[in-house]
Amino acid sequence: MATDPELLSLKVDYKWNPMLPWPFQIRRVKHETEDTFTIELQPLGALEEFAYQPGQFNMLYVYGVGEIPISISGDPANPRVLVHTTRAVGTVTKAMDKMKRGDILGIRGPYGTPWPIDQANGSDVVFVAGGIGLAPLRPALYEVVAHRELYGKVVLLYGTRTPLDVLFRQELENWRARFDLEIYVTVDRAMTGWRGNVGVVTNLIPRAPFDPRNTMAFVCGPEIMMRFTAMELHKRGVDNEHIFVSMERNMKCAIGLCGHCQFGSVFVCKDGPVFRYSEIKEMLVKWEI
Amino acid sequence: MEDLKNILAEHPFFSGLNEEYFALIVGCASNMRIDAGKIIHREGEEANHFYLIRSGKVTLQMMTPNKGPLIIETLTEGDILGWSWLVPPYTWHFDAKALDLTRMIALDGKCLRTKCENDHHLGYELLKRFADIMMKRLESTRLQLMDIYGDRP
Amino acid sequence: MVGIHLKTLIFERSELDHLVETLKRRDYKVIGPLLRGGAIVYDEITNTSSLPIGWTDERSNGKYRLKNRDDAVVFDWTVGPQSWKRFLFPPIQKIFATHKRPKGIDLPNTKKQPVQETVPAKYAFLGVRPCDLHAIAVQDKVFLGGPYRDPVYERKRSGNFIIAVNCRQAGGTCFCASMGTGPKATSGFDIALTEVLEGKRHYFIVEVGTELGGEVLKSLKCLKATDENLAALKEICEKTTQQMGRSLDTTNLKSILYQNSEHPRWESTASRCLTCANCTMVCPTCFCATIEDVTDLSGKQAERMRKWDSCFTLDFSYIHGGSVRASTKARYRQWVTHKLASWVDQFGTLGCVGCGRCITWCPVGIDITEEVRTIRENQS
Repeated sequence: MATDPELLSLKVDYKWNPMLPWPFQIRRVKHETEDTFTIELQPLGALEEFAYQPGQFNMLYVYGVGEIPISISGDPANPRVLVHTTRAVGTVTKAMDKMKRGDILGIRGPYGTPWPIDQANGSDVVFVAGGIGLAPLRPALYEVVAHRELYGKVVLLYGTRTPLDVLFRQELENWRARFDLEIYVTVDRAMTGWRGNVGVVTNLIPRAPFDPRNTMAFVCGPEIMMRFTAMELHKRGVDNEHIFVSMERNMKCAIGLCGHCQFGSVFVCKDGPVFRYSEIKEMLVKWEI
Repeated sequence: MEDLKNILAEHPFFSGLNEEYFALIVGCASNMRIDAGKIIHREGEEANHFYLIRSGKVTLQMMTPNKGPLIIETLTEGDILGWSWLVPPYTWHFDAKALDLTRMIALDGKCLRTKCENDHHLGYELLKRFADIMMKRLESTRLQLMDIYGDRP
Repeated sequence: MVGIHLKTLIFERSELDHLVETLKRRDYKVIGPLLRGGAIVYDEITNTSSLPIGWTDERSNGKYRLKNRDDAVVFDWTVGPQSWKRFLFPPIQKIFATHKRPKGIDLPNTKKQPVQETVPAKYAFLGVRPCDLHAIAVQDKVFLGGPYRDPVYERKRSGNFIIAVNCRQAGGTCFCASMGTGPKATSGFDIALTEVLEGKRHYFIVEVGTELGGEVLKSLKCLKATDENLAALKEICEKTTQQMGRSLDTTNLKSILYQNSEHPRWESTASRCLTCANCTMVCPTCFCATIEDVTDLSGKQAERMRKWDSCFTLDFSYIHGGSVRASTKARYRQWVTHKLASWVDQFGTLGCVGCGRCITWCPVGIDITEEVRTIRENQS
């Protein structure tokens, strides 16, 4: 087997070496819940803007500590501010949690496939989020809300652990106040005083106001939650081809070269993280794939 | 009564039930209105009804000695509340409270379970429908138990 | 590497030194086989005296030994524990260094001007086996064929001069013939040598693969190959093919492996597998790497290193909460299924070239050809 001469003829533009991070400065760190925070960044140096599509992620580098993938949670209409929301659970996120305004982070990205919002033109849009899974969906929500006239009903079903774990509370309240958005929140457990729903997010699907025959569903959360959500959406009549999920696997390079994020034959970093449910449905039930 | 009959007929819980049984069930049904904050039943009380929620929201809750009442689940429009009337010793295992103004159709379980004993075919039809509800609740409970949003999923 | 110029020449054994000298004169860093630590490894050579003359290797499941043959054959060994990937895709590679300043940190992209990269030495690889030629072509697809090209690989791979050597004998764990990757090189080289020892005469049959190959040969005393030379070449390659004791049937293999992801064989092999990762380290196509960010003790300087990684480690598939492939079974299945099935979906080629290194350096002697045969013959 000879290598295609084409492969060896091109020269890399080292300015865009995909393994080198770009400096970004922290504008604000906001604590959303006990363990979750949102970090707002602005590009420094050579970059002025940072354009991305909803659902994409970046690799975030904390000086000397390490680099991790985090999805973008900001408004894609504002490329001058880069927003990430994450839980402080690992070495890098815990270090990030301690950072302050003015500190520098390294950013590589944006990477991965976006939520195919354009495919939802003219149909109802259902977002189903579980826990921190609301963060990668938020840019898509912003975009849909910004072009509200392009869609039918727009519904967000959001499940999380307890009322204290509800993310973006103010924003959810603003959206709920609109007449053209349907926002339902449920928690796994609550003490009295919580006036919302208690139960798993899949319980919200049978009664949510959308037309299953004309719906695009974007689902993000723990893998188990996404599996059960997709099944419930399908039971309601949504075509598996119209359901999109965002997968998580170990990512080190984010450009399909390090091999870590393989999920069957796909690389989650470059073929995903957003996948059409019908395309990965079989793999989702294989053990340890 | 005609109104009640129509509501029940449209509910998926009763779909496929033959007319004779359906008429019998309609005979055991009555409308109910519970104000927000009112208790529907308490743990340990005799369970003689089940309810079809037409509107509003009901919480199933349990008293914990040091944390106050813990909400197990909320039920809303279209949900069926209660299956303790079906299984001895016919007592409620949780408190049920109307969170909002709630309208329900109450079905007389005491009457129905006697009829089920006498007519096992009716018993099977009802049990099949409750088994489906129980399965869904059990599945939800398992998902909740996994604590998938927690620190160590 | 444009087209294949199958011009066939011969040169005498003594000309091999001139070949090395010519390449050095042309600013190549010549990498060739060396005897080191009881194995044949690849490193920089300055002349042919350091080549493993008269040595051969014995390979079987979990076993590798060198043996002296008491003759002057230069290339009578097959493959050692290393492959050429260590030069194109180094085991440890610095990606960048950064410094802490009183205010902030110096990241490579801080300045508006791109970082100037130094031009590395051009490599000339002497003694590339046909299986390893294919392995290089496989890694070319991995590192250069996707939406993102690996800049390190690209730099190190560009301008290579490749001297392939056809195999005079099959190693005990070789199965290239069944993979269609050997024992004769057909493409991907600048020149390909076949070593011939006939009584006292010691010469090389040379096939020219590229114009550059032909040009380099102009500095050497070459003769046009005769029909007898060509017959000798054919005979050598046929003999090697016949010698090969192992084979791997690739017919319909992708779907067989996908459909047998729960085959009991995975479990039983997992009970032997030590998850030591040897197979992935010696494999000439395995490309997985991890990224490590480190600082010096003062914390003033930080570096990012890329290091070879293996799908056999527990950490490899770690996501928050635990590893996706926690069991040995899952990890062994991942490796084999990747090599022989998902690789095809990802890169349009198999990830195995039949070099047999994974069999030789498996401490418990697990044989990928035997594993595949067992699954193929007992499909669930």
